[in-house]
Amino acid sequence: MRDTSIGTLTAGMPSRFERPGRVAFILYVVGIAFFVISIEGAEMSLSALITGLPNMGRMVTDMLPPSPDRLVAVGWALLETFEMALVGTAFGVLLSLPFGIFATRGLTPSPALYHLSRAVIAMSRTVPDLVWALFFVVAVGLGPFAGTLALVMDTLGFCGRFFAEAMEEAESGPREALTALGATRSGTIFSAVIPAAMPSFVNTSLFALEKATRSSVVLGLVGAGGIGIELKVSMDMFEYDEAATIIFAIFALVVVVERASAAFRRRII
Amino acid sequence: MSAQAAVLIAGVIPTPAVRTLPTPELAVSGLAKGFDRGAPVFSDVSFDLAPGQSVSLIGPNGAGKSTVLRCCVRLIEPDHGSIRLFETEVCSLGYAALRTLRAKVGFVFQRHNLVPRLSVLTNVIHGAQARQSGPGTWFHGLAPRRLREEALHCLDLVGLADLAGRRADHLSGGQSQRVAIARALMQRPRIVFADEPVASLDPSAGEEVMGLFVDLIRRHKLSLLFTSHNLRHAIDYSDRLLGLRQGRLQLDAPSACQDVESLRAFYA
Repeated sequence: MRDTSIGTLTAGMPSRFERPGRVAFILYVVGIAFFVISIEGAEMSLSALITGLPNMGRMVTDMLPPSPDRLVAVGWALLETFEMALVGTAFGVLLSLPFGIFATRGLTPSPALYHLSRAVIAMSRTVPDLVWALFFVVAVGLGPFAGTLALVMDTLGFCGRFFAEAMEEAESGPREALTALGATRSGTIFSAVIPAAMPSFVNTSLFALEKATRSSVVLGLVGAGGIGIELKVSMDMFEYDEAATIIFAIFALVVVVERASAAFRRRII
Repeated sequence: MSAQAAVLIAGVIPTPAVRTLPTPELAVSGLAKGFDRGAPVFSDVSFDLAPGQSVSLIGPNGAGKSTVLRCCVRLIEPDHGSIRLFETEVCSLGYAALRTLRAKVGFVFQRHNLVPRLSVLTNVIHGAQARQSGPGTWFHGLAPRRLREEALHCLDLVGLADLAGRRADHLSGGQSQRVAIARALMQRPRIVFADEPVASLDPSAGEEVMGLFVDLIRRHKLSLLFTSHNLRHAIDYSDRLLGLRQGRLQLDAPSACQDVESLRAFYA
């Protein structure tokens, strides 16, 4: 009989760490070297951070207490910011639905449409919202409309991808049942696929709203409406107490939207 | 003693009546299917199904029973063979014609395949997509009154009219399968395929649902082709029994001539 007590089987024990192959080893070394070079390129400097601390302290001191002088104007700007986020997200979600369907394997009517939709979604996602805002400011002029259009594109990139993934992962049984009974492609999509993917759609849309709320704050920096322009003016005029009011207002808006969407998500899903 | 036997005993040979056999609802000939370029799961499968007839298909796991059913409506494309459904060659149909043909075939799945988040009534209304497309059949809130009433009638037939507003994922297994049967009836089918319709249910619910299902099939004078591992069901609820084993149809006999013990040997 073989002795299989503890300590007699060490010969077959796998090593704790797998030894990398030659190519993998070279890639690791190159990766680490590039990271070190990147630290240099990013001009990371501990001394600059330390010497900058008094400036930060001075700025924080100037910020407190926040000034209530322009509270009404800040309130209206904040409302405009949220309106941009809400409308931009809503239209972005609506646009994401057809693009998401066309970009879903098994639902798309043609391979050409599949690749085209994937390309549009990828482009919407990879171009930053600030760049979209610059583009639309040139196209439709300064103001919240340009910012809203930028948010529509940003939402399309975000939701289009996740909608397509949710529909691809939707349970296939109900779809098969409807196909078997002679339903049309649209019937199958709207009766079986979209209801199955709905929790994911709601989740993604609410995350998109949170994301758009945060984005709409900075779009004002390039003149695309919202509270960002107020913040920029206050900072440029060294009115740090006013800037503090705006920052707190933004913080409050983002927190309220996140809490509300979390509550809504729990209720729906 | 039957009248025919009495005549034979009297020594009179009866004149054979000229009797034309009814055209089968389903005629399968030389059907073969394999997956991933491997050996075929089954080949040369041939059988037919007369109007109003009930046929059960038995066989061990992996024999290809579900695949045969799915091939008949091209949910799975067969490799070879001919499938004639209502005298139409299924394999040569385009998308639109295939949809029209599928509309006449009810399909009851082992796992019910209801849309979980939607109401029971909506799931039954989906059965009308066989004959009507558009948003009116997507959701019960958008459905015209006649469809809602017809769906409720179908639910009443399976004893679940009082659960019409409940979400499908809040039903028991037996209730889900009864809703799936109601959805199939909503199609107004001529033939029903059922793939192990009670395999996911406990024995008591299985008996109840199978009894109700076959009773409805007989009352509506529909043809039925179902697969089952329950040999008692296969014998009791069918007129004819088919057995698929080792890739071939090795049994085709009247159910009345079979018993559970001899069929058990088929699995050996």
